[in-house]
Formats: sequence, structure tokens, C-alpha cells
Amino acid sequence: MLTKKYLSSVKGFSFIFLFILWELLSNFSNPTTFPSLLVIVKTLYSEILDGELIFHLGITLYRVFVSFFIAMILGTFIGMLMGNYKKFDTFFDGWNILFLNIPALVLIILSYIWFGLTEVAAIIAVSLNKIPNVIVTIREGAKSIDKSLLQVAFVYKVSKIKKFFIFYIPQLFPYIIAAARGGIALIWKIVLVVELLGRSNGVGFKIHEFFQFFDIKSILAYTIAFVIVMIGLELLCFKPLDNYSRRWRT
Amino acid sequence: MATGIKINIKSKVFQTNNRKLQSHSAISKLKFDVSKGEFCSIIGPSGCGKTTLLNLISGLDKNLNGEIIFDQEKKVKDIRIAYMFQNPRLLPWLTVLENVEVVLSKEQRDSGRATEILSIMGLKKFLGYYPGQLSGGMQRRVALARSYSSQPELFLLDEPFVSLDDEMANKLRDMLISLWTNEPTTIIFVTHDLREAIYLADRIIFLSSAPSRVLLDKKINFKRPRKLDDEKIEAFRKNIISKNKKILEGVNTNV
Repeated sequence: MLTKKYLSSVKGFSFIFLFILWELLSNFSNPTTFPSLLVIVKTLYSEILDGELIFHLGITLYRVFVSFFIAMILGTFIGMLMGNYKKFDTFFDGWNILFLNIPALVLIILSYIWFGLTEVAAIIAVSLNKIPNVIVTIREGAKSIDKSLLQVAFVYKVSKIKKFFIFYIPQLFPYIIAAARGGIALIWKIVLVVELLGRSNGVGFKIHEFFQFFDIKSILAYTIAFVIVMIGLELLCFKPLDNYSRRWRT
Repeated sequence: MATGIKINIKSKVFQTNNRKLQSHSAISKLKFDVSKGEFCSIIGPSGCGKTTLLNLISGLDKNLNGEIIFDQEKKVKDIRIAYMFQNPRLLPWLTVLENVEVVLSKEQRDSGRATEILSIMGLKKFLGYYPGQLSGGMQRRVALARSYSSQPELFLLDEPFVSLDDEMANKLRDMLISLWTNEPTTIIFVTHDLREAIYLADRIIFLSSAPSRVLLDKKINFKRPRKLDDEKIEAFRKNIISKNKKILEGVNTNV
């Protein structure tokens, strides 16, 4: 039987296997281009100690959050409008498809050209890349809203605010969570590119710098640090939120 | 508290969004009054526009040719209405208590009315449960509690006890009657079950098949409390049917 315990031990083993595989490969290749994990962890440790990594990680996280919230708020708003109003949907659907298919890189470069090599341009570039995805998800949610529950609110003359937050938004909540999860995963990857192309701090900038010096171990150290932070965010933030939104499901 | 209601619907037509622009006439020349505090039951064959009528009365559907007026010339927006739908329509993310409280005013919430009525309905132990954890009968009870807690001036019910087993349906009928006896309000109760209507109502209005109009308007003067298996109810039912064989199909054979 595939018990939970068995499955989690498989998971643990698969990580150990990856670790061994990595060490073997690094042993047989050039240690500067393919450093051992132990070297990477050592680098990570010293980077954390001198404060450099924390600073750049902080800057990057700040950009991730700002563009995440902008994309979520605007995307949710537009998605709800498009899901609820047919005319609105018909009008903006083409735009949305267009934006969905513009490569992230193009939006980033255009943003830097139009708004200068500024923080604002960086945030706009990242948000614009994510908004169309949020719109698509939220629109689906808004279209599947159960109107019979809204009728209850209408008949009992529940206030508009209550109707929105208690009768409407909870129906949309699974879609908002899905958009947020997918959003954060996409956004942090784009933020690194944005930083690489036009910022003088942040993880993306540092990776660019390490690339110039061919400092692979530092690149991987930064990568690991960032991945750990993002996984932590998923586990400590999105998982509990998701569970909370499902608490009433049996 | 309760309000009377004057219904005068000249016509109610649904446009089906077809290429041919077909239309369906649901109601035509439907006119009747319900007086304050009366328990009025409406009977008609399925598809005759009973739910449409309730949607018009409750203001869910505003598109009609005619008028629906309440006491003191009030319109639907000035009236406290409760509506018990065919499905309980509870919010699955709210607990039983929250589901009732969500439709109440602040004063009603503070008065502890929700808990009181839920307790009367035998749901005291389940205040913190989510609707998904309750049986169908219990969900209906929560819906009934929600309706009554809001102290409606007019209470609409659309076949609320359909698809329940007899025992549970009877229990809910009795609960409705006892709530109504303690706090009288005007009730419009839609059903297709004649026995249920005779058992509950002061008066039954028989509707024709679509486009619906009034076929028969019958007063029921039995003393309360009534018994569902009372011979008088059965005799009354037989009497109506024998005089007008197809009345439950919405056809008047007694012209």
C-alpha cells in the first residue's frame, strides 16, 4: 500500500538522490563551473554573514511584492468586470489575448525605454506581464458565480458591501488563490530578468554581476536562497490561506 | 408588521433569445389580493409561472406589465420580505448561525433572535456547523430559520418542502405553522401538493397553466391546529377535485 509515510520517505530519498547525483557530476567536471553543494552552502553562509545577500534578497522581494499586489488588484478588478459584463468582455478580450502573447522580455525593454531605467518602469514591466494571466483566471471565476446566492442577498436587502464581501468574493476566492499562486511563481522569475536588464541591485543584478566574473558558486548560492524563501512563502502563506478558504468543505 | 398585497399583472412575457425571437407568455391577467396576516397558498401545474410570480413579488424580476402594491402604497423596496426557495440556498462558507445572522439588521442580531429561532427549530447544537455537514432536512430548517428571523412583513415560500421525506416535511410544516402562529405575517406559499395547501393555508388560489391566471379562489375555514390526516382535509380535497376534475392540471372544466 502507498501509505503517506511511505510516500514522504520516497520524497526524502529523491532529494538525497539528487544531492548524490549533483556531487558525482561536480566531482567529474570542472569545480568552478560545477561546484559541489558543500561549496555552495559555504558561499551562501558567508554571503549571509556579510549582509550582502540579505540586502539584495530584500530588494528583490520588495519588487516581487509590489508588482504582485498591483497585478492582483488590477487583474482581479478587470477580471471581475469582464466576467460580469459581456460587453466589457467582448471589448477587452482581444487586448488581453494580445498581452498574453507578448513576450515578457519585450514588455520589459519597452517599459525601460518608455519610462526610463527606473524603479517605476521595473514594477510596471513585471505587473504588465502578470495582469493578463490574473484576468483570465478571475474572469473564469466571475463567470461561474452562483447567481442564486446573490438573489438571497437581494431579497433580504443585504447591504452592497456585505453582498460583495460575504456573498460574492468567497465564491471567487479559490480563483483568487489560484491566480495568486501562479502569479507569485511567475513574478519572481520575471523580476530577476528585470533586475538583470536595468537595475543596480537585487538578486537579478547580482546574478548578472557574478556572471561577468564567472562566479558560479555565488550564482547558485543566491538561487538556493531565493528558492528557499519562495517555497517558504508558499508553505507559510498560500497553503494556510488556501486551507482557510476550504475550511467549510467536507 | 405584516402587509397586505395587491397583485395585478396584465402580462409577463419572456423573450427567448432565439433567432426567431420567440416569446413565452408566463402570466396573463393575473389579479388577486392577499390580506394582512393571511396564509395564502398558490397551487398550479408545473411550469405555470408560480416561481415567476414569486420572483415578481419579491422584486427579483422587475420586468412586468402591471403592478404589485403593498399596504400604504409601498413598493417592494420598502418592505421586509423573506423568500424560502426550492433549494435552501445557504452560504456554504458560513456557519449555521452566521447564515441566519447575515440577513439580519444590527438590532435583530443584537437581540439574539437568530440563536433563539434556531433553537426552536432544534438546531441549537449545530450553530457552529457548516451547511455541508448537515442533512437536507436540517438545511431546510436553517433556511426557514433565516427567513423567519428576519421578521418579514411578507414571507414567500416556493415549494420549500419538496424532495423531503414525509416525516421531515411534516415536521417542517408544523414548525412553519407554529412560527406563524407566534408571530403572524403574510404568507404566500407556492406548492403543487393540494393536501399540503389545505393543511396549511387560510385560502388557496388555483392557477391555470401558462399563461397563468386565477382559476379558483377557495377559502379554508378549518380551525387550527389542524391534523394532516384529518378526514375533513381529505374530504375537502375530494370535493374540489370532483367539482373540477382537471384543476390541478391548470385547466378549468367547470365553466
